[in-house]
Amino acid sequence: MPNCALFLILLCAPLVGAIFNGVRFRSHNARLAGAVASGAVVVSFLTACFLVMKLAALPVDARAITVEFYNWITVGGFHAKAGFVLDPISAVMILIITGVGSLIHIFSIGYMAHDERPSKYFAYLNFFIFNMLLLVLGENLLVMFVGWEGVGLCSYLLIGFWFEDQEKASAGMKAFITNRIGDAGFLLGIFLLYVTFGTVNFAELNQLVPAAAEVGWLGPITLSCLFLFIGATGKSAQIPLYVWLPDAMAGPTPVSALIHAATMVTAGVYMIVRLSHVFILAPNAMLVVAAVGAVTALFAATMGLTQWDIKKVLAYSTISQLGYMFLGVGVGAFSSGLFHVMTHAFFKALMFLGAGSVIHALDGEQDMRKMGGLAKKLPITHLTFLCVYLAIIGLPPFAGFFSKDEILWYTYISPHGGFVLWLIGLIGAVFTAFYMTRLMALTFWGKSRVASSVHPHESPASMAIPLIVLGVASVVGGWLGMPESIRGLLPLHAPDVFHNWLNPAVALVKWPEVSPVLEWSLMGISVALVGATVVFAYYAYIKEPELSAKMAKDLGPVYEVVANKYYVDELYFGRVINPLVDLAKGLWAYIDVNFIDNITYFLSDWVESAGGGLRALQTGSLQQYALYLVLGVVVIIFTIVVI
Amino acid sequence: MLLSIITFLPAVFALVVWGVASEKTAKKWTLAFTIVEFIASLLMFAHFKPGVAGLQLVEHRSWIPAIGVDYFLGVDGLSFWLILLTTLLTPLALVGAWTSVNKREKTFCLTVLFLESTMVGTFVAMNSILFYCFFEASLVPMYFMIGIWGGPRRIYATVKFFIYTMAGSIFMLLGIIALMLIYAKTHDGQISANITDFYKLHGQLPFVAGTFLNTQTLLFFAFSLAFAIKVPVFPFHTWLPDAHVEAPTPGSVILAGVLLKMGTYGFLRFSIPIFPEAAEHWAWVFFLIGAFGIIYGALVAMVQPDMKKLVAYSSVSHMGYVMIGLFAMNPQGIMGALYQMLNHGVSTGALFLLVGMIYERTHSREIKDYGGLASIAPLFTIAFLIVTMSSIAVPMTNGFVGEFLILLGTFEANRFVAAFSVLGVILGASYMLWMVKKIFFGKPKGVVVEKHEHGLDLLPREIAILVPLVILIFWMGLFPNTFLRYSEASVENLVQHHGQYEVQAPKVLAPHLRVAAREGVR
Repeated sequence: MPNCALFLILLCAPLVGAIFNGVRFRSHNARLAGAVASGAVVVSFLTACFLVMKLAALPVDARAITVEFYNWITVGGFHAKAGFVLDPISAVMILIITGVGSLIHIFSIGYMAHDERPSKYFAYLNFFIFNMLLLVLGENLLVMFVGWEGVGLCSYLLIGFWFEDQEKASAGMKAFITNRIGDAGFLLGIFLLYVTFGTVNFAELNQLVPAAAEVGWLGPITLSCLFLFIGATGKSAQIPLYVWLPDAMAGPTPVSALIHAATMVTAGVYMIVRLSHVFILAPNAMLVVAAVGAVTALFAATMGLTQWDIKKVLAYSTISQLGYMFLGVGVGAFSSGLFHVMTHAFFKALMFLGAGSVIHALDGEQDMRKMGGLAKKLPITHLTFLCVYLAIIGLPPFAGFFSKDEILWYTYISPHGGFVLWLIGLIGAVFTAFYMTRLMALTFWGKSRVASSVHPHESPASMAIPLIVLGVASVVGGWLGMPESIRGLLPLHAPDVFHNWLNPAVALVKWPEVSPVLEWSLMGISVALVGATVVFAYYAYIKEPELSAKMAKDLGPVYEVVANKYYVDELYFGRVINPLVDLAKGLWAYIDVNFIDNITYFLSDWVESAGGGLRALQTGSLQQYALYLVLGVVVIIFTIVVI
Repeated sequence: MLLSIITFLPAVFALVVWGVASEKTAKKWTLAFTIVEFIASLLMFAHFKPGVAGLQLVEHRSWIPAIGVDYFLGVDGLSFWLILLTTLLTPLALVGAWTSVNKREKTFCLTVLFLESTMVGTFVAMNSILFYCFFEASLVPMYFMIGIWGGPRRIYATVKFFIYTMAGSIFMLLGIIALMLIYAKTHDGQISANITDFYKLHGQLPFVAGTFLNTQTLLFFAFSLAFAIKVPVFPFHTWLPDAHVEAPTPGSVILAGVLLKMGTYGFLRFSIPIFPEAAEHWAWVFFLIGAFGIIYGALVAMVQPDMKKLVAYSSVSHMGYVMIGLFAMNPQGIMGALYQMLNHGVSTGALFLLVGMIYERTHSREIKDYGGLASIAPLFTIAFLIVTMSSIAVPMTNGFVGEFLILLGTFEANRFVAAFSVLGVILGASYMLWMVKKIFFGKPKGVVVEKHEHGLDLLPREIAILVPLVILIFWMGLFPNTFLRYSEASVENLVQHHGQYEVQAPKVLAPHLRVAAREGVR
């Protein structure tokens, strides 16, 4: 089958599903809607697998399949084609999107079984997959931007899916507008790249940019990278635009799993990897990316420590993990950043689905203070959650260990990184271990605090199977990219599949030669610290539950500030949004209504009084006016002829 | 002949309606006629060649030689789509008034038809006096439309609208006369008011950079003032919200959809090509008020309690984009501006139609009276959301292509203006989504829960007029080149020959032949 047909199936299967469900949006048949939607994504997934195999068969230095459908916008020297490219980078992404996407679609069938508008839900979810595929497959910045805004739109619609609740609708709006701030930056980045290099095509950009790195802050490459990164902070919820993601938890939980954990929020990381050859030339921009990533990783982890809503903990955890990804790509470890995108997609998607399963079992309860002891009632959920818990805190041999430790390692040795960034990342990892243990302890372990009216029950098979598949992936997913030091110890000497696949497609940083002792000791430090934290947290929440309450009390004001999320929302509303609304009201009242219109009235009064003398002419007789008209024309003609 | 037919067919039809139709049948007749007119305008596709920069379908007759008035019609890439926009929006606007306008229906139909003639005439006239006549004549039917079928403050609004526009036009008339005099002086006393002849004046309009009192600058501003009021550009915009709020739905649709474009079109036809040095030198003024208008319009829209006022201020914001695009004076900017004119016609037209539909049922335009409409009127919600996405320029809709090209072109011309204007992208989303949230989301409340005669969701008739607009929204967003290629040659010609711009007009009578024509030799 020709490539363009395969691309068409890959992209349009979810679109067709979306249209099918969108047209019959009034239907209540969740099974049919879910089956069609899931089927569409599975078709997409199978096509993706086939295409990736085709790609893998190509020689390493020619691994790119480009398909151009038509010229989208052509004006003057500006060209943007509706073109798509499958290369090792987008290959990883489409497998994640359609693979994890299929599982979450299947999970949703059970989750949304009793919802009033299942068709609409699945239409949006399918449309999201379509847009996400546009985003990662686009051959130029503009097609990427189409997907970029498209996923934002789907996110808006899905966060506010239960729109009868104004708060949920507001959360959707907040997400869209915060993302728009980022998008404005993204647009400026596109403009600057186009003006500088005359193209927005990724392949051309990656070749065209001069080989020498740019010094300083105001060069075109550095500036465009920074502008694009503003876009990334919006979409991928980094400081200072992360505020929308915790609120986005208002959406249905599978949506949080798919959009706000596994796929959409990683778009910013993907964008930087996609433009790695450009970013690598702007060391200052890289520094900003790494620093923002590291600080976000730590900052969000602290906020995760104090949340009671299970989904909010996961939301801050996502922000924090995204921070690690940016830290990775910021220090030049592009393939490691994407590696973490993949492992995170597995374990965080499962976490949200597991949380969904818990919430489903507890009839919608999200407060962890009303959970506890669920391990016995929900054995599958607990077991799978346990796997991802071990994965995210980074204990070997679970997936998160390999990807996170790799990022920390490269941060330490990279010429773009350093000790400070590594230390911030390490502290973040310790906090991660703490809040995740806390979550496990409050939800699954210890005594049950579940209301007596609620009878927890394990979810149906359609929900359990995706959990198991993702659980397995979270355990073994990391083995695809083990570091040399560990692979050397294994009997079979397994190849480093992930990085071998990706490295030819991204910019490579020359890493300094470092002794293996250092690598082992850094690994040892982080594992030991994480282990100690787990034990401590377990002790504080299970063995001596009073201890955690006492800690919160002892910390007093510090705890208050953290529990109130550092008052960032209040700051944004108080210092930016409200003043802007006041300004707008002022402009309207004083400039429009008072100033401009009053000038107009003044002028018209003046004209009226000046025209008083001419009033004699205005008799109201039509014949007289006609006479004036004729006279006027005669005068004009006369003047012209004379001159 | 085609352009004459398209221009005067509605006027002829008006006479037919006047003679034949009764009060009750007038709307049906008129709808049929406006559809015929639309089909007639589609015939342009058969004759218009996309790759040609100059005028096409030219008709040129000497008419009043003594004052240089030729009957000179033509269409090029700059006006092609505006004509089609006019002929498309008119029947849609009429259907939008199907049940809401129910007094003096026949007069109303005559007004719509005359208005259509004058609008098309404005876009095809290539003689400046002829242009002026159409430009001014369009005021009269709109004046009546607001004044007779408008809301409670209609008289105030319509007088304000009329006086504002008239005040600007007087300067344009002075400018035209001055250009004719200069032309006569430099061409051995030959008299011409043809726009194509004015293009030949470059080099003969003295220009001194930095000062006001030179011929080119004064004339440039005389024309630009007239057009700036029409657009309207901040700070000449205050007539617009009043006019929109009081106008009946079809009035708002046509006002926003077509009449405002006469202003931006005027910049493209007169101000920029005839006065190249002044336009370039004073571009910063329009960058400034354009960019300021984008932000100002968006901010003020954000705090409007009235839906129609919100949409009206959003128009101010959108037309600000068109202004900066025009004065970027590069292919992307001007093409984007042209595209944005069409987008604005389609999406703001659709927004006014939608607001009109809901107003007809609830008799309230106050946003705070609404809530939870999405659960009661899903089709209406879908339509409104799609149009909202187009209005806030989400990719795959038409709005994105226009806004992107404008901002790209502006960025090439002046990075700071683009960086400032790009904030409009954020504010635009804010006010529109805020309105969407208040009207559609939450639990049904206010006027939404009260009983309504036909229910709140769309009727087949309303779906029928929204479908073409929704199709256009996506088509223009996904396949913009189908539209852009018709305008490309003309825009390239304007940009590349800035300073020595000429528009080729086949079969144009050269001035020296005109004397012969006057004596009846031709």
